[in-house]
Amino acid sequence: MNRPRFRWHILVFLAPAVLVYTAVMIFPLFNTLRLALYTEIDQSRVFVGLQNFQTLFFDPIWSEQFWNALGNNFWFFLIHMLVQNPIGIALAALLSHPRLRFAALYRSAIFIPTILSFVIVGFAWKLILSPIWGIAPSMLDAVGLKSLFAPWLGKEEYALTTLALISVWQFVGIPMMLIYAALLTIPEEILEAGEIDGITGTAAFWKIKLPLILPSIGIISILTFVGNFNAFDLIYASQGALAGPDFSTDILGTFMYRTFFGFQLQLGDPHMGSAIAGAMFAIILVGVCIYLFGIQTRMRRYQL
Amino acid sequence: MKRNSLKLALLGTTLMASSAYAEDVTLIIESWRNDDLTLWQEQIIPAFEAKHPGIKLQFTPSAPAEYNAVLNSKLDAGSAGDLITCRPFDASLALYEAGHLTDLSSVDAMSNFSDVAKSAWQTDDGSASFCVPMASVIHGFIYNKDAFAELGIDVPTTEDEFFAALDKIKEDGTYIPMAMGTNDQWEAATMGYNNIGPNYWKGEEGRQALIAGEQKLTDEAWTAPYATLARWGQYLGDGYEAQTYPDSQNIFTLGRAAIYPAGSWEIAGFNTQADFEMGAFKPPVQNAGDTCYISDHTDIGIGMNAASEHPEAAETFLAWVASPEFAEIFGNAVPGFFPLSNTPVELADPLAKEFVGWRDECESTIRSTYQILSRGTPNLENETWGASVAAIKGANSPEELGADLQKGLSSWYAPHQ
Repeated sequence: MNRPRFRWHILVFLAPAVLVYTAVMIFPLFNTLRLALYTEIDQSRVFVGLQNFQTLFFDPIWSEQFWNALGNNFWFFLIHMLVQNPIGIALAALLSHPRLRFAALYRSAIFIPTILSFVIVGFAWKLILSPIWGIAPSMLDAVGLKSLFAPWLGKEEYALTTLALISVWQFVGIPMMLIYAALLTIPEEILEAGEIDGITGTAAFWKIKLPLILPSIGIISILTFVGNFNAFDLIYASQGALAGPDFSTDILGTFMYRTFFGFQLQLGDPHMGSAIAGAMFAIILVGVCIYLFGIQTRMRRYQL
Repeated sequence: MKRNSLKLALLGTTLMASSAYAEDVTLIIESWRNDDLTLWQEQIIPAFEAKHPGIKLQFTPSAPAEYNAVLNSKLDAGSAGDLITCRPFDASLALYEAGHLTDLSSVDAMSNFSDVAKSAWQTDDGSASFCVPMASVIHGFIYNKDAFAELGIDVPTTEDEFFAALDKIKEDGTYIPMAMGTNDQWEAATMGYNNIGPNYWKGEEGRQALIAGEQKLTDEAWTAPYATLARWGQYLGDGYEAQTYPDSQNIFTLGRAAIYPAGSWEIAGFNTQADFEMGAFKPPVQNAGDTCYISDHTDIGIGMNAASEHPEAAETFLAWVASPEFAEIFGNAVPGFFPLSNTPVELADPLAKEFVGWRDECESTIRSTYQILSRGTPNLENETWGASVAAIKGANSPEELGADLQKGLSSWYAPHQ
């Protein structure tokens, strides 16, 4: 009849993390969601229910900006999925090749941009691509392709893709490292067994390694999704809060910032800003849920 | 050093036990102009204190980007200084409406200022003024005198001459005709649209009519500047679409461009950067002999905290700020920020002198979008940035741009509905 003693130490050890996390993450998150249900009328805060969301989705002035930002966000994400992750996987496959020399050097060189600040990356690329001082036009000129150069960051049709590729350049090291680590865990015996069955070279990659690293690719995709839909810094650092030219690089993050804090003569509107933040949260939540319940549970895992 | 002099002063007061010293009042000034800290400490404060024994001043600026937020929380907590440097228009109007700024309409010195100068710190109906106007910035064009002499170009006064000059510079090819980019967007609206625009909408006349709802942004007067801006595109440097504001400044001060659409705030920076002689010309008029209009935009004012414990002393200071003496110190210390008082000020800087001289020849107005019209969503000022860029790039016709802007304004502004 000895009831197990309540294990206080678990509480004590959990407390600091839970308290800090609640104070800096959970509380602000729910408070933002709460703020989205209010508006300010004559200097006092009034509860208006879902009216802010109604404005955001159905008022033509707001909804046009919202859908534009959301569409841009999807394009930003698509470029990352189509360019960053395949290149990251390819680089990892090359780096894990046993006969590659200077692998460590390449690995660090490719990974270094990831640790740079967005401001530095944005500014450096702005200078590189500058039609006035940049080295991009003169480099293209040197190989006789000057006609291909355009002021990419200043043209509506190219600016967002250019920024997405800059972001890819910066972050390609992350999928590379994760996949590289996954590739290293594949035991030699499996590859040797495959070799005996006649599967070598690229066939070994497609038939043995790729299925084994699929769970890592899934994780990378979801990290990319969350990162892209929360993106803000690079656009803000290189194009400013108005996300020019003509809002062609406006994503949810810059839209939210502009609305929440105001810009130039536009006074900040914390309530509409919170509504946008709430919409971002919902989009990311839905995306992550689709992945967790729709994809991850069905993914086949192999015991190595 | 400072502490020592304070100790000495304290010692002095105890020794002399003079009543004048005992009644010393210290006024604290809130400001975002931390660039001007030395100017205040070395010139303005000593000049004031010498004339007004018994009042001490303390200038306590905060970072420009944080100023509004810091000031608001200080005012709410009751810890703000006695004197408040005022942003123009809605930011300060909100402070007045919340009861933080004192109505200064009855102060005599306010009669030293014109209505345009006061408009940035008045209630919408003009019945109450709550800040003393300190300085404005004037728009125009700065040009490279050496380049003009080399190419034999005279300073243009009409639009035809202006474009003829640009053609000539372009044909010659040594210089980029005009240094401006559209990457940061605001230059196109501020140094483009609101620079040349007042000549089309006849300054205050058009601006007031727009606010009253008598004119529309689709009217000829408001779309014609976009048609003119559309002609600018071909004279801007290669890849101007990605050219930023600092790029344009550098291109001009390095002597690579001949004309720079400017605001007078550039003067101090350009004087230190450029090693050629610069001149300035006002926005060209359509036909020779037309009345000219300039954008003489109110930028800084100063008001009194309604909760100040020393209202008389603060009022004395504000009256001094409104005086020619302050105007002369301020105008010469920061060339390009022009005092707003009616009494003319003798400026030393030749370029600044040229700019301020236009006040005698032309009618002054302020930027069209700043008063009242940028209060709602969509924000007219921000929309004007985009529209001006689209005009320069030729993406939309002036009529389309006017119609778009009008649609946005009509959606929230009652006089236009």
